[in-house]
Amino acid sequence: MKPVIKVKGVGKQYRIGGPQLPYQTLRENLSNTLRAPLKKFRRNGQGTFWALRDIDFEVQAGEVVGIIGRNGAGKSTLLKILSRITEPTTGRVELYGRVGSLLEVGTGFHPELTGRENIFLNGAILGMKRSEIERKFDEIVAFAEVDKFIDTPVKRYSSGMFLRLAFAVAAHLDPEILVVDEVLAVGDAGFQRKCLDQMKEVSQHGRTVLFVSHNMPAISRLCPRTVLLNEGTMLEDGPSNQVISSYLQSGLGTTAERKWSDMRKAPGNHIARLVAVRVRTEENETSEAIDIRRPVGIEMEFQVLEPGHVLVPNHKFVNEEGVTIFCATDLDSAWRNRPRPAGRYTSTAWIPGNFLAEGSIIVEAALSTFDPEMIHFDERDAVAFQVVDSRDGDSARGDYAGPMPGVVRPVLDWTTDFAPNEQGDSWPVQ
Amino acid sequence: MAPAIGNSAVSSNRASAPDQVSSPPDQPLVVIEPSRYWVPLDLRGLWAYRELLYFLTWRDVKVRYKQTLLGAAWAIIQPLLTMIICSLLFARMPGIKSEDMPYPIFAYAGLLPWTFFANAVTASGNSLVGSSSLITKIYFPRIIIPSAAVAAGLVDFALSFLVLIPLMFYYRVQLTPNLLFLPLMIMLVTGLALAIGMWMSALNVKYRDIRYALPFVIQLWFFASPIIYSASVLRGKLKIVLMLNPLTGIIENFRSALVGREMKWTSLAFSAAMTLALLVWSAYAFRRMEKTFADLV
Repeated sequence: MKPVIKVKGVGKQYRIGGPQLPYQTLRENLSNTLRAPLKKFRRNGQGTFWALRDIDFEVQAGEVVGIIGRNGAGKSTLLKILSRITEPTTGRVELYGRVGSLLEVGTGFHPELTGRENIFLNGAILGMKRSEIERKFDEIVAFAEVDKFIDTPVKRYSSGMFLRLAFAVAAHLDPEILVVDEVLAVGDAGFQRKCLDQMKEVSQHGRTVLFVSHNMPAISRLCPRTVLLNEGTMLEDGPSNQVISSYLQSGLGTTAERKWSDMRKAPGNHIARLVAVRVRTEENETSEAIDIRRPVGIEMEFQVLEPGHVLVPNHKFVNEEGVTIFCATDLDSAWRNRPRPAGRYTSTAWIPGNFLAEGSIIVEAALSTFDPEMIHFDERDAVAFQVVDSRDGDSARGDYAGPMPGVVRPVLDWTTDFAPNEQGDSWPVQ
Repeated sequence: MAPAIGNSAVSSNRASAPDQVSSPPDQPLVVIEPSRYWVPLDLRGLWAYRELLYFLTWRDVKVRYKQTLLGAAWAIIQPLLTMIICSLLFARMPGIKSEDMPYPIFAYAGLLPWTFFANAVTASGNSLVGSSSLITKIYFPRIIIPSAAVAAGLVDFALSFLVLIPLMFYYRVQLTPNLLFLPLMIMLVTGLALAIGMWMSALNVKYRDIRYALPFVIQLWFFASPIIYSASVLRGKLKIVLMLNPLTGIIENFRSALVGREMKWTSLAFSAAMTLALLVWSAYAFRRMEKTFADLV
């Protein structure tokens, strides 16, 4: 085995304000030059930060490596460097093969062009030769299931059709190294599974895949090895199950907790404002990873500013495919139909174990009054957590390890009646 | 396993397996490192992406006149109307010399390369900013984007040429061997448009002022070029400005080649040298700025 990707000491520095203020005007630049003519030569001071620092790793031919980390950990920057979209500030990368990168499906699609035209255009943008596209054209159309609409402008496509076509083109790219960012977070469950299968297929043919995702089940299914990034540095590199579980246990994914320290900017109105939302375990630990067998508590802390209102905390639970799993309203009898005095409240809703299916759950947190109807705050992506199955055999999976569709996964009571065959049974087998 | 949760439903039209990959080469195919101030042009890399240039040009042409009533006729209307207006205004005005050819022919033969140049520079100058989603998501030689914008302009240029044919018949313009220089003139004006457009597009990524300055500069440039008047009317300092303008030699000789007047070799040589120098300089400037595009756009 030979390495196909060698990354040595790679770092990427951004100027603070750079990403937020994406461009300068000539006047600013001129006046800055006049004001501080030497500033250009002191770049390494304040006002910069390292999005990536001292990244070293090698990937062997045919390996499938997952890259995980919370938002801002440097995953996307790393992929952008590997796919030559942006340049590293330090270090060196050697690539021993053609790289195809899929940082977003549908890049370069033009809404006015037909499906057929877009396949050629997008294929060329992704680096395919015209002859190659012609050869794979029928396969792409079949994979995307858009045969009837192939000569319709894609602006008339449904979003599902658009995504299927976009992924289909990308899936037929066959470079030696494939770099993929979160593209599977799109489409319906069936299509996602198809995409995962296609990627698995790609990797089984000796191609090297780097796969960034927040979807831990997908990472663990696809990638034997995973790299964990945190604040621009490599924290861990090893077998996926180990890296994923240490990532989930470390609480690095702070999406399990959100606080609004500035009361004036917190969601809410003059009656009540949101203070914090937390995902916690029975042991009262904030956690992003929840064992599928254990209950999980959603804690909502809010400040009531104006007394005398009946207030009902409520949540909506949405999975990574955007499907609403269920909604829940606070039924705590202590405060049901009772006007609340001003003060700090913490409501916790408990979801039983063995109920949610594996995957990401996004929690919407809201506070309402039903009569007269009024919403005081409604925070969509307030917090999120992962439901993880450790596959010890006592979850609803039993001994099955493959993909399991469905938004809930309860453990049911199964009973079996059995009657052993006896001689002279009324149902003879010849 | 139970069919309900197996993969059987999926496998029916899965894409066929990609070919097995051969073992990786000993030398890296690509080395990614922080670049120095001067970046080589990488013409080989550009050649490998020539099909993308074709497809992006084709897309620009195809999409340009979608949802317009008159469609590609717009390519002709623009120079034709300008020519008619100029003919009405200037043809009889004393001091505007049209070098003893009918004024409409004179003006149209100047407006043709000018309209192409102005549209190509504008389209090309705004092309990178308009392709930010491509630039931040996919790698390919960035020079292709402003180049495709210029190339798409060539299609309009060819269309507006069609008007010239009846015009030349009507005014009984004789064709001469000078016509053989026409392709050279087209190459020069394309090269100049590419040089300016490429440079502007890169600057536009960093300084959005370009977007506002460009139309104004182009307007001034129009008056500083011998399009609706002849270079021979100017004297003194104005003449020097005109001569330093690389478009002057191109437009004058474009006209001479077409109508069969004497070629102006000095101005042609100057324009050609200037175009080449600008092209090389602008390509290197583009390469130098290119590495920050994805971070700035």
